[in-house]
Amino acid sequence: MNVLVYLVPLAIGLGLVGLFAFLWALRSGQYTDIDGAALRVLSDDDVKP
Amino acid sequence: MSETLDLSLYAKPAAGGSLGMDLAVEGITCGACIARIESAVKRVPGVTDARLNFTNRRLHVVWDDAVVKPARILETLETIGYHGYPFVPLRAEQEEAAEARRLLRCVAVAGFAAMNVMLLSVAVWSGNASDITPETRDFFHWVSALIALPAAAYAGRPFFASAFQALKARSLNMNVPISLGVVLALGMSVVETAKHAADAYYDSALMLLFFLLVGRALEHAMRRKTRAVAGNLAALKGETAHRFAGDELVSVPVAALKAGDRVLIKPGERVPADGRVVSGRSEIDESIVTGETARRSIAAGATVCAGAMNYSGMLTLKVTAAGDAALIDEIEKLLEKAASAKSRATRLADRASRIYAPVVHAAAALTAAGWLVAGASVHDAVVVAITVLIITCPCALALAIPAVQVVASGALFQRGTILNAGDVIERLAETDVAVFDKTGTLTLPEPRVENAAMIDPAVLRMAARLALSSRHPLAVALAREATVSAPYDGTVEEPGQGMRAMIDGVEARLGSAGFCGLSSLIDDGEGVKSAPASSTICFRHGDKRAVIAIGQALRPDAVATVNALQHLGLELRILSGDRNAAVRPIADALGIKSWTGELSPVEKIGIVQRMKADGRRVLMVGDGLNDAPSLAAAHVSLSPIAAADLTQAQADAVFLGERLTPVADAVRIARRARRLMTENLGFAAVYNAVAVPIAIAGLVTPLFAAIAMSASSIAVTLNALRARAGERL
Repeated sequence: MNVLVYLVPLAIGLGLVGLFAFLWALRSGQYTDIDGAALRVLSDDDVKP
Repeated sequence: MSETLDLSLYAKPAAGGSLGMDLAVEGITCGACIARIESAVKRVPGVTDARLNFTNRRLHVVWDDAVVKPARILETLETIGYHGYPFVPLRAEQEEAAEARRLLRCVAVAGFAAMNVMLLSVAVWSGNASDITPETRDFFHWVSALIALPAAAYAGRPFFASAFQALKARSLNMNVPISLGVVLALGMSVVETAKHAADAYYDSALMLLFFLLVGRALEHAMRRKTRAVAGNLAALKGETAHRFAGDELVSVPVAALKAGDRVLIKPGERVPADGRVVSGRSEIDESIVTGETARRSIAAGATVCAGAMNYSGMLTLKVTAAGDAALIDEIEKLLEKAASAKSRATRLADRASRIYAPVVHAAAALTAAGWLVAGASVHDAVVVAITVLIITCPCALALAIPAVQVVASGALFQRGTILNAGDVIERLAETDVAVFDKTGTLTLPEPRVENAAMIDPAVLRMAARLALSSRHPLAVALAREATVSAPYDGTVEEPGQGMRAMIDGVEARLGSAGFCGLSSLIDDGEGVKSAPASSTICFRHGDKRAVIAIGQALRPDAVATVNALQHLGLELRILSGDRNAAVRPIADALGIKSWTGELSPVEKIGIVQRMKADGRRVLMVGDGLNDAPSLAAAHVSLSPIAAADLTQAQADAVFLGERLTPVADAVRIARRARRLMTENLGFAAVYNAVAVPIAIAGLVTPLFAAIAMSASSIAVTLNALRARAGERL
């Protein structure tokens, strides 16, 4: 069962990556305009033909 | 005389010496609006940034004040078909935004920790049933502790802080048993882990925090959403005043007016602030102030209240300090008295937790004592007592009421009612008598054509189109009947008389009877038999002529709403400041037998307080300044969005639009929500009645605790969702 000694921390590390990704998204204002973000993605004004 | 718009009140310094401003934007319908608005505003020279928040319909603009004036940005929005209204974000809104982010961070941390610890716990549970080695189990428990302790310390802060506040004030709230449960569960788990025991409660403590935080975050999000809409509506109402600056006239937001300013009020505009008339002569309609629909003639020296509608002439007003006008002064005194007399109705949740917390703590203490007496070791007795505290699950109880409140206020929001406070729903559900103001509440806030059915439609259309050229309030009311939006070319307005234009080569006139040469028609009383309180306006085009009566019209669904409220078992009353002659026809049309007119604000609040003293729960619906004290004194109060600002601030909820239905909907949804709250509390009680004896008997395993707690939280939340079940109310 020695494999657990590094597998468990690895699993928790992966979870922490997800947690910090969420906290980063929250801090950078990704959740301030939830409805708008869904619509902005459809706009292609910034794409040069 | 060109007029400039001064928006400096709203501009806030932004980075790099530029200025920033927030605008509430009206007219946004779809996602394409985002790109249209942003690109158009960014094209204005001097604008450095424009970002539209589609969720709350607000545009943030940053510009260089040396290059462009903010009025230009508003004009740009107008040209592409939107209206922008500047506003200062309320401090409360900014604080709530920060609080929402804090709650979301706590939810994320608690969720992450709960899931990881649960992963380890499941392994321990299945291992305990088979062949896990004590070393592996200890390793799993220590890892769980490593995750759970910092996570709970971080995510539990909202509860710990509130519990600490309550204890400092020597009282108990729901957060005290929650905090105690979490701290004890974690503390005991660490002790058990150190002793190489088979069971630990890290998962239960974290799941409890996670569920409660999700409930809080949802409640908070709902409150922020309604607050944002209310903030936008306030900005949309934000009017401008014409202030004299030397010989120039400058448009300024009403909020920027100070005592001593001189302002010009044109016909068809509302008085922007309390003040004294310096020059000019006009008639004003003070129905939003007093409920009186008859107009008052005023001249230099008269005092006027903010909100009154100026009818016929230009007025110059000197703004006086708030509270200078006698009426406002009196109303503010009444408000103070009403606010201090208002007994804080105890909320259901507080009542429940006041019973719950002592009972649970006593039960835990008795359990420990009982086990000691029965001969158990101190360690075993404490372990059982703590499991009692954990299993009684403040979770279901703490979610029982907030969950229903979130869902019910969402349902009310969809039906056009915005709540100012969370406990409004409970108070709404308790009402047994509804008191209505007449002017602006049962009737529409703006006057309408009353005798449209008696006039040839073609003539009415022509008159209405002619009326489009004037800002006189009677003309504005008539213009609502117009089918086109463009006025006739070459319309000439004769001040105080009316207006004329050439239509199909024949002169058409709209205005007073004398101006149209129809005095004889008025004397006959032709076409104006309906309401004595209405005003008339005449129209003549060749030999076609009409006398148009304009007055207060009932809200379109007033009769249906009144019937619905009676069906709900509410007694109805009308209390109006208007003359009896104007109140009687309205009461008759609605079939409300109990009505009183010609009431002063003091008499109104007196009647409401007498009803309260008789043990009635009064729902007061009103819009005028004269209603504000009664709204504050009533058990619960509603106000239409067109109400005076001071009045709206007193109301517990505000409803939107021209319809009165939201009043009946609000009572119905609130009653249903109240029933669900009681059901949820009952469910929590039953759950405890089953789980607590098992815990006292010492039979609860961590697995059982985790399952029972999650299941009860989910059951309560699902039950709360029924509050939105639409039409089968």
